[in-house]
Amino acid sequence: MSAQWIEACGADEIDEEDVIRFDHGGRSFALYRDEDDGYFATDGLCTHENVHLADGLVIGRIIECPKHNGRFDYTTGQAKGAPVCVDLKTYPVKVEGGRVFLRI
Amino acid sequence: MAEPGMVIIGAGEAGTGAATALREGGWTGPIALIGEETHPPYERPPLSKAVMLADGEPVLPLIGHGDRFAELSITYLAGARVTAIDRAAKTVRLDDDRALPYAKLLLATGARPRRMMIEGDEALLYLRSFSDALAIRSKLGPGRRLVVIGGGFIGLELAASARQRGASVTVVEAAPRILMRGVPARLADGLAERHRTAGVDLRTGVDIARIEPGDASHGVWLADGSRIEADCVVAGIGATPDTALAETAGLTLDNGIAVDETLTTSDPDIMAAGDCCSFPHPLYAGRRIRLEAWRNAQDQGSAAARAMLGAGEPFTAVPWFWSDQYDLHLQIAGLADGGATTIERDVGEGAVILFHLAADGRLLAASGLGPIGRIAKEVRLAEKLIARSARPDPEALASPTFKLKSLLAA
Repeated sequence: MSAQWIEACGADEIDEEDVIRFDHGGRSFALYRDEDDGYFATDGLCTHENVHLADGLVIGRIIECPKHNGRFDYTTGQAKGAPVCVDLKTYPVKVEGGRVFLRI
Repeated sequence: MAEPGMVIIGAGEAGTGAATALREGGWTGPIALIGEETHPPYERPPLSKAVMLADGEPVLPLIGHGDRFAELSITYLAGARVTAIDRAAKTVRLDDDRALPYAKLLLATGARPRRMMIEGDEALLYLRSFSDALAIRSKLGPGRRLVVIGGGFIGLELAASARQRGASVTVVEAAPRILMRGVPARLADGLAERHRTAGVDLRTGVDIARIEPGDASHGVWLADGSRIEADCVVAGIGATPDTALAETAGLTLDNGIAVDETLTTSDPDIMAAGDCCSFPHPLYAGRRIRLEAWRNAQDQGSAAARAMLGAGEPFTAVPWFWSDQYDLHLQIAGLADGGATTIERDVGEGAVILFHLAADGRLLAASGLGPIGRIAKEVRLAEKLIARSARPDPEALASPTFKLKSLLAA
């Protein structure tokens, strides 16, 4: 199946420097908004244990897993050290007409 | 003899983290990580939870991924025991009589379950290692009967897992309530209620009189004269730091291996990290504390590695603990004892966060119980405020709509 743009939510449904959960087609994602109104998307679950990142804290470009503080750069998916060592998968995001879309 | 390298005794969270951090910190010489167990290094927190609950054969919850040691040229000596440290020669002796020379030595020997000395104690099981977990797991299931002695984190997590696997469970705690050490009564009561709802027979304020071991099952006699029949009896009554090697080597002990703020022992070439050591904490008036906690072991492992590389700095991380029982998640940041005021914030779905303030208004600790999504962000933000010795407004703390994050920017 080829990748397609999926409408996820309104751009203002995510607070600045925060994250929300978005579920689609049996999969779960985390959608982020940074302090400069940049939008990003990653897989929803931490690569360490099955914990949803949308419950975690966003500081700058970093999302922290709510359980063990595993850290990822949500703009690239890069794992930032113990206990996480596997990067997060990221997805392209665009904002059109005040709506957020991700390509999956 | 080989080139002196970095030698680490203990391949748990602290020791394994230190090995990796040494290489990442630029050490190019040999690194030897010595573990008594034959398994590759693994995480212990899942032993009372995921390992007990797994549908099929439980998988060893590895720390990191398997190829990491090869990639970093770390020598992992599995199933090896250190018999002595020779501080004058700067070597450690292994049980196969090999001597390993060290430039710096890290003691990450951890803690061992406190043994219960009681009539019939040969029937008792303890939970510390993966093999312990498998032995207990094989005795759980529908229709089986578990008695847990001790209402601490490990015992309660095991009780929750056993209930979820269909076993009948009794928890016996000698103190008036569960989780006396470190968990506020408000949250401990919430957890006790959850266990009772799940069908756990929770008995507090009663001692164990003796165990009556049997072939298939055992009788657990309580001080009040009652007897509980069990297929499995697990004691979770705390842990004692493993200080045997340090003691024989003449290092200073004080509720564990005593280290200074850079995690250095009384010998400048020997560091200690994790459950085995006590250290002065600057956020709590330099009070000497010892933590049995996963995050602390991780943080101290990497901090000790920096000290071994000559770049030691004071260890100031805010103590942090968590527990998972049923659908409830408990998180505690900081140390609440010494607090003068407790502020309660109702965050919905039955979840609650407590903030503990010192007499001067400084935030000492925050603790939360409930679904993870309700508590984790705020406890994490509180942890950052604790680290800054912040004095947040008590009214703001009590308000569910007040965002702690707004205080961080200040």
